Amino acid sequence: MDLNLSTKAKITWCPGCPDNAILVAFRETVTELVNAGSLKLENIVAMSGIGCHGKITDYLNMNTFTSLHGRLVPTMTGTKVANPALTVVGFSGDGDSYDEGLDHLIHAARRNSDINLFIHDNQVFALTTGQATPTSPKGFKGRSTPTGTIEEPFNPLLLMLSAGATFVARSYAPEIAKTKEIMKAAIAHKGFSFADIIQPCLTFNDTRDYYGKRIYWLDEKFPTNDVATATEKAREYGDPSTRSANSGQAGSGQDKIPFGIFYSVEKPAFEEQL
Amino acid sequence: MQREKYAVPLCYNFCMPELHRLHKEIHTVLIGGAAGDGVREAGISLGQLLAKVGYEVFASIDYPSLIRGGHNSCRVSFSKEKITSDYSNLDTVVALNEETVKLHMNELGENGVIFADSFEDEDKTKLGAHAVELPMSAFAKEINALPIMRNSTALGAVCYLLDLPLEMMIERLRIVFKEKVHEANITLAKMGYEFMEKLKFKHTKQIYREKIPDKKEFIEGNIAFAKGLVAAGPNFYISYPMTPSSSILHYLARNQTDLGIKVIQPENELAVINMALGMAYAGKRVAIGTAGGGFALMQEAFSLAGMAELPLVVALSQRQAPATGSPTHTAQGDLQFAIHAGHGEFPRIVLAPGDAEEAFECGAEALNLAWEHQLPVIVLLDKQLSESLSTAKLDAGKIKIENGEILHKVSGHYGRYAITESGVSPMVFPGTPGAVVKVSSYEHDEDGITTEDPKIVKAMGDKRFAKAKGIKKEMARNTAVKVYGDPKSKNVIVFWGSTKGAVLEAAKHLDKPAKLVQIVWLVPFDSKKVTEELEDAKKIIDVEANRMAQLASLIREKTGIAVSDKILRYDSVPFDTIELAEQLNAALK
Repeated sequence: MDLNLSTKAKITWCPGCPDNAILVAFRETVTELVNAGSLKLENIVAMSGIGCHGKITDYLNMNTFTSLHGRLVPTMTGTKVANPALTVVGFSGDGDSYDEGLDHLIHAARRNSDINLFIHDNQVFALTTGQATPTSPKGFKGRSTPTGTIEEPFNPLLLMLSAGATFVARSYAPEIAKTKEIMKAAIAHKGFSFADIIQPCLTFNDTRDYYGKRIYWLDEKFPTNDVATATEKAREYGDPSTRSANSGQAGSGQDKIPFGIFYSVEKPAFEEQL
Repeated sequence: MQREKYAVPLCYNFCMPELHRLHKEIHTVLIGGAAGDGVREAGISLGQLLAKVGYEVFASIDYPSLIRGGHNSCRVSFSKEKITSDYSNLDTVVALNEETVKLHMNELGENGVIFADSFEDEDKTKLGAHAVELPMSAFAKEINALPIMRNSTALGAVCYLLDLPLEMMIERLRIVFKEKVHEANITLAKMGYEFMEKLKFKHTKQIYREKIPDKKEFIEGNIAFAKGLVAAGPNFYISYPMTPSSSILHYLARNQTDLGIKVIQPENELAVINMALGMAYAGKRVAIGTAGGGFALMQEAFSLAGMAELPLVVALSQRQAPATGSPTHTAQGDLQFAIHAGHGEFPRIVLAPGDAEEAFECGAEALNLAWEHQLPVIVLLDKQLSESLSTAKLDAGKIKIENGEILHKVSGHYGRYAITESGVSPMVFPGTPGAVVKVSSYEHDEDGITTEDPKIVKAMGDKRFAKAKGIKKEMARNTAVKVYGDPKSKNVIVFWGSTKGAVLEAAKHLDKPAKLVQIVWLVPFDSKKVTEELEDAKKIIDVEANRMAQLASLIREKTGIAVSDKILRYDSVPFDTIELAEQLNAALK
């Protein structure tokens, strides 16, 4: 059944922007879950922070909360704690959650509230027209760093694994079917679910060619219940100890980049214990 | 850190003979010691006993920002009449360390008594018969009790001195201490009492007390606020610890199961307020608490509460500032900050209770106002109000829970921000079949979808401010401005917040009649009533615990009336009753 999940709002992302692909993946996820009877539409809340990703709430004909820049995660936690019957899904960006709201992200991982966070990781500030974020590669030339950034990017997956997240995944926005599967798995997972969705920015940081050549997907044989294995796998790309493989940087010697579900274990959720 | 002394430097009896006559009806006990000596607990036990036998009591706690050591003191003043502030002139001193003797001996009155384990020769000579060597530490050692329990000996001795029933103190100690240690504390209290009895020490002249006391609680301002809040049915209280707001967090956390609420302490103040807004969106009544610095961190989300029209109560307990300031000491420096909090323009309500009873009422009122008008409400407290204790009558019976306009089902299209005449749009919560509930930090249309259309931008701003009418009606139902003293007097003293206590107490010592005007509602401001009370005054004296006379500015802004005199205290010390009375008398001359 078509749920009519689109709104009157005109989509203002750049033509071809992979944000559209994330939107499609989520609408399909919701449609499938509702049609299968697993969820009721009125019990889903979609939230966003501020950035290009944040427009997504305007394009979803369902309960939404467009929060502040960086403050999405506590807002989601509040809603989930207030009404645990709701399924709370948050969309954020690398500027939103890795810069402005990084503290909340780490605490959400250790708190293990049953919320689902999808990061539109385009490795650049796009809405503010092209500045570096914490996942921009070292040397990234943006409008605020004309001679290139001097800071190293960090690896969001390693950070989340060490902070205690119980579901950690990486997806690639242009691959809608894969993103949809990860979204479904994240929503099905009880506890804090985190997915970094690499989302090439066609205007300020077009990484399609870079990722297209290197992407590979973890299959169902990959053991997702062991944090050491997950950590080792996450180190394959963006290893802080070698600094050899910076995100999205051509010529970094990086051959392959793993995508998929790295880690998924069950622990009691925050609101269950409250 | 040594606190400078602001008390009258010499025995006040000799300096202010005419004020002393009234002081006979008021007795003040100071318990002093190092942090960790149980000074606060001893003071509270004494205050509770005094309240129980029928006295009116006011107690304040002075302590530095550290865990062990440093000088702590608890001042307990009591009388047969309502007492709203304490006195620095002391009748009884319990010195749990040498420093207390040095710091407070000069504040001792004519018939004053000071208890200590021992005195230095020099002090003993100076104090003469006022000094009583009470072997508190030796008694504790004798029965193998912990040194901290020596204050129970002191309480026993004070009981004797004030002719209070020892059995009632024993009863208190039984409640206060865990079973393991209460026997030792009780034994020590008895030893203190009997020690005085054996000395055949003269009881301090007994202040008449009512035989059938009006049932009152001896309660801290913060706890009174929390109880008011609870009476209005909150689902959650969220807070990051910050003095002087923390005792609200501690009280609600400790009693959450009994009170049927949930208490959360997240990672920082930004998480606190954003979490709270997520809860309000899901339909839960929530309050948060912090001090000025924490509230400064919350500003963007406070503005979001205004934009998204989410009900929220903020308890803002002021302390000396700017920045970290003198964290455990008082000030009223955040009035203008609170009334202008958050970027952009949006309606809010700011209430400033002046004592425990008003803190209770405002706590309940704030939650109801937030929900009826779908906006953020600030209750402005300060260290002096938050952490001082007084006898108060709290009546939860008259409090009703008001939720405002909530729809549990919808037919047809639902827009969260539907334009209405009252400015209040019916609220629906996620989980309601057929309703799409969209809220946003962006300017939005009636459906909650982002807009940049100037017509809608204006219409939405107007919609939010259309609530002003309903809020004004609410203000008229409440007492936004209170008048005490002589309502006909052309001498007017104007004040807000905890300064109420100091002014009302000082008014007992005024040479000339004066009208006392307390502003409880800061936003909205009752310009009409304030104008009525002030316009015919010959003299208007503004009393505030800040440097910039922030209330005087607000009065001028809202009424055009300028105050003629200002008594401003911004050294982080609460107003002293007698000192304030002197200043007021000088201004009224």
